[in-house]
Amino acid sequence: MDITSHATLNELRERVRTAHANRKPLRLRGSGTKDFYGEDPPDQPEPEVLDLRPYTGIVDYEPSELFITARCGTPLKEIEAALAQHHQFLAFEPPTFDGDPTIGGVIAAGLSGPRRMYAGAARDFVLGATLLDSQGEILRFGGQVMKNVAGFDVSRLLCGSLGILGVMTEVSLKVLPKPRVEQTIRFAMPAQQAVEAFNRWSGQPLPISGAGWWNGVARVRLSGSASAVRAARDRMGGDLVNYSMADEWWTSLRNHTHPLFRNDTVWRLSVPDTTPPLDLPDEPLIDWGGALRWYATDAPDVRRIASSVRGSALCWRGTPPAGGRFHPLQPAVAVLHRRLKERFDPHGIFNPGRMIAGL
Amino acid sequence: MSQDDARPDEVATALRQILPADCVLAREEELRPYECDGLSVFRQRPMLVVLPRTEEEVRQILMTCRRMSVPVVARGAGTGLSGGSTPHAAGVLLSLARLNQILELDPVARIARLQPGVRNLKVSEAAAPHGLYYAPDPSSQIACSIGGNVAENSGGVHCLKYGLTVHNVLGVRGFTMEGELIELGGRAPDHSGLDLLALAIGSEGLLMVVTEVIVKLIPRPQLARVVMASFSDVCDAGNAVANIIAAGIIPAGLEMMDRKATAAVEPFVKAGYDLSAEAILLAESDGTPEEVAEQIAAIEDVVREAGATALVCSNSESERLRFWSGRKNAFPAAGRVSPDYYCMDGTIPRKNLGPMLKAIEDMEKRYSLRCMNVFHAGDGNLHPLILFDANTPGEWERADKFGAEILELCVRLGGTITGEHGVGIEKINSMCVQFSAAERALFFAVKSAFDPQGLLNPGKAIPTLARCAEYGKMHVHAGALPHADIPRF
Repeated sequence: MDITSHATLNELRERVRTAHANRKPLRLRGSGTKDFYGEDPPDQPEPEVLDLRPYTGIVDYEPSELFITARCGTPLKEIEAALAQHHQFLAFEPPTFDGDPTIGGVIAAGLSGPRRMYAGAARDFVLGATLLDSQGEILRFGGQVMKNVAGFDVSRLLCGSLGILGVMTEVSLKVLPKPRVEQTIRFAMPAQQAVEAFNRWSGQPLPISGAGWWNGVARVRLSGSASAVRAARDRMGGDLVNYSMADEWWTSLRNHTHPLFRNDTVWRLSVPDTTPPLDLPDEPLIDWGGALRWYATDAPDVRRIASSVRGSALCWRGTPPAGGRFHPLQPAVAVLHRRLKERFDPHGIFNPGRMIAGL
Repeated sequence: MSQDDARPDEVATALRQILPADCVLAREEELRPYECDGLSVFRQRPMLVVLPRTEEEVRQILMTCRRMSVPVVARGAGTGLSGGSTPHAAGVLLSLARLNQILELDPVARIARLQPGVRNLKVSEAAAPHGLYYAPDPSSQIACSIGGNVAENSGGVHCLKYGLTVHNVLGVRGFTMEGELIELGGRAPDHSGLDLLALAIGSEGLLMVVTEVIVKLIPRPQLARVVMASFSDVCDAGNAVANIIAAGIIPAGLEMMDRKATAAVEPFVKAGYDLSAEAILLAESDGTPEEVAEQIAAIEDVVREAGATALVCSNSESERLRFWSGRKNAFPAAGRVSPDYYCMDGTIPRKNLGPMLKAIEDMEKRYSLRCMNVFHAGDGNLHPLILFDANTPGEWERADKFGAEILELCVRLGGTITGEHGVGIEKINSMCVQFSAAERALFFAVKSAFDPQGLLNPGKAIPTLARCAEYGKMHVHAGALPHADIPRF
């Protein structure tokens, strides 16, 4: 480790130790592209910000081993540029929200883009992580190899934990070769038909890497070898979307540049992908082949409707309902959350209340 | 009657109040079949065996055992290779074998909802009429159960492309030791809160007892073909593996066997292996016929470039299966050429395959034991099979030390002590090498969040501080144990 990084890490450890000793909460933060995301506990004093950007840099990248290890403050752009030199990428397409997130923020939020149902979610690509715990200790879990079942899968647990368990100072991710060819085809069809078609196609050996719907048009992305993409197009039909329009569409889903996200209230519904159109007055933006549905709606019963189809509803933007921003947990599962938080962070210094009120 | 003798009767009586008579086994001859799992060098007779038939019975058993502070060890098909379901002498062995129903198979949603005792292969067989299958395929898939796969986060030969159990299970349902019903994950892709599903998968029965598993089914590829390449040097074969990946190819399977392994399996299965080669590589491509043709040509180029001395590609499904048959039968073949064998499961970065093999060769001499090597080369997962005879005094002890040394080297080369078989009871000492005291303490903290009384599969997977201190004392290889302050991965 270079001297600067070593010093930065020691500084972070010191800040955490002090916070723990004084029981003073910290707000872990990278570039702040997801400041809006998570609960915003109202009646607490604004916690001190722990800026993680200074702990930066790619630690290890071996294209033929299919992994990259980077410090939490490393900009996603830097990682994607390094991977692109070897025709590789992060296949879960982390959203950037049109900013420049850090890799630590990307993994702590655990959000994934349009390829999620076909290539896997952020958590599926986590191979290992280093945790700076509440005592200021550095703990390592997982590693850089694809298969590793020694000990509980703490590194995957940290993915999507919103920083409530500790500071993830380093992360190792699986990377994949970029598909040689990508093409998008479109079909004019109503939402119900689109969801049915997405599911039918997903049951066939087709190289699908994205399937979304908006305003009467379904778009499907095909990725792979030239021959596989050609064969799939022959089989599926549809009209080819030109490259720049296709790119704009998938980017609008991935990075939330789509007009729907400009609304004051936005709900994110994660549902089984076969779920027929929901009983809501507004038209959704559909991603993940039907499994992710975005609604700009003020309808009062979004959460109940999501539950009724065995899904969950997250109040993405706008004032959350009484139950909180995230879909409420099953009581027995909430107990496990509380106990885990108590054990990882007994003085409650890491992002208190960011995921669940009181944690 | 001493208190120790009274205890089993007392627990048996309590369990018979909630279960039919044939669901509680207590007689010595009934208990004997449960003494060990797939790792038969560790044997322990359980106090009692219970065989529930319903989810509610599982809950009742857990509540009763918790009330009486009796340890519970869950067991699926008992094919595990790390002693993860070795019974507890004063505990109840909870067999989930009778919960063996496929509760639902939805070809449109491409999911199956399973009880834990369903055999892995049965899932793919049931999905086959719909052109679907369940991807993880451990070698024991004919016998191993899905619940066991969840406990161990099992892999197989197609993990590089299709992932492990954790990538193919959408949700689990089951009980904590406190008898609380919990559902983690589910049919929808994303869920609120922490990813407890990831924590439960591979938790080796320490956190919860699973009673239902929802798995993802994927479309069966139209075609699969396998290239079989011979190498006169194991390092060349190792380089070929790295070069295939570097060329942007993710084969469906990428396996390697050394000469000792091919020599052992060939007379047994007649797979057509090149017995003059020091190592052979099997690289499979699947997809559409066009895609497979393209990928096979690319693999052949890379492999030839890496110095392959011979190259064959399967031209029919029966030929493909024949090429694989040797690899899939490596473990039984080891059992044929040696009275006993000890299978290791370390993982290392692929680039270190060559040096690792050379080191194992050196260890064979030092321990005076033979070792044949089969690898999931694509993901750097090694299965060295140490051959020994348990009836020859001292051989098992040497095999045990040989194995531990391989695992320590895996950690030093940037890998892990277990890629897919789990820690269980077998590799518990090696955990001391891979994890610091603070890391192990965190594992115990996670365990206590789910199981505050420590009744689920106690003594497995995570070593106590005292155990590691003792292991350190008796097992110091000069300078082999890494410093706590240098990165070990």
